[in-house]
Amino acid sequence: MSKRRPYVRSMDGWWRKNPFFVEYMIHEGTALFVAAYAGVLLTGLWRLSQGEAAWSAWLTALRNPWYIGFHLVALAAIGYHTYTWFKIMPRTMPPVIVGGQRLPGWVITAGGLAAAAVASLGLLALVWGMAR
Amino acid sequence: MSENQKVIEIEVLRYHPEKDNEPYQQVFEVPFTDDMSVLQGVQYIKDYLDGSLSFRWSCRMAICGSCGMMINGIPSLSCQTFLRDYYPARVRVEALAHFPIERDLVIGLEGFIEKLESIQPYIIPKEARTLAQGEYLQTPEQLGAYEQFSSCINCLLCYAACPQFGLNPSFIGPAATALLHRYNVDSRDGGKAERMELINSEQGVFNCTAVGYCSEVCPKGVDPANAVNQNKTNSAADYFLRFLAPKGGAK
Repeated sequence: MSKRRPYVRSMDGWWRKNPFFVEYMIHEGTALFVAAYAGVLLTGLWRLSQGEAAWSAWLTALRNPWYIGFHLVALAAIGYHTYTWFKIMPRTMPPVIVGGQRLPGWVITAGGLAAAAVASLGLLALVWGMAR
Repeated sequence: MSENQKVIEIEVLRYHPEKDNEPYQQVFEVPFTDDMSVLQGVQYIKDYLDGSLSFRWSCRMAICGSCGMMINGIPSLSCQTFLRDYYPARVRVEALAHFPIERDLVIGLEGFIEKLESIQPYIIPKEARTLAQGEYLQTPEQLGAYEQFSSCINCLLCYAACPQFGLNPSFIGPAATALLHRYNVDSRDGGKAERMELINSEQGVFNCTAVGYCSEVCPKGVDPANAVNQNKTNSAADYFLRFLAPKGGAK
């Protein structure tokens, strides 16, 4: 009879066992803030559809310190999500060949971060211009 | 042993199926010199302290892929990890994570070997050639498309780094997918449609959540995460393009 009795270790708490996995879970967790912020914007759209009074009430609600606090936390979380998103991006793409050479990963990461920064600043400038 | 001989504690996860119900830690005091690897440390234990300690090793130079272990929780080749980098702290050694422990530091490999067979890790010629027609020619660009993926030594560190494989051992996993991709993108190969059935299957690439740790721990500079994620795109293309050009299926 075989004496084999392979022992399978538990996966309980796997993500706490390595700093890389903790960082991964934080990265994945910050996606919830992206979803929550989409909820905020959709609420605004919904209130707008209900007329001027509803829209103004929503704008007033946004000035609540708790709401402003949420925005700051969401900004930090989405910023971190953006950073880690572009950090992993070179691993998720087919090779980009420029001039016969494969584009290094850091160029793709830097390009993504630059595009995100330009898009954010562009949007900010647009909204700023419309608000004035 | 000389007066100034340095001694490091090596904590090993032991498990002997014929007598142990579950693994347990055992600490050994190992005299060492600065040029000694962790593998040499466990070899010292086997030679001088406890001959029953079991582990796999062969080449001692990071090419055979036999001596992978969790060293302080990090999947590593024990032959290229050095005791001096841990001294004076204790170094913890454990069988590769996510695999069943067969005995001490030896893991069960059957699951991986089956996966390796299933990906058909050989060239399935696109066009049959006779010897008289000569060899298949390839440009440097065509070589570049798969070269890094061909460096895999099947050491399985990437599986020990993949929590999705740990949670679902049927996932074909990083190394097998990297090798599958190595053949699929080889200009001489014509077996892509067959291999895509595996990529598209329940065991396929969509088990991956892009943790990316597999590529971090690879001792040979392979980027298995890239192979897996490129094949998510290929799989999605297969799925949508079948409406235009019916072909293949999924296992």
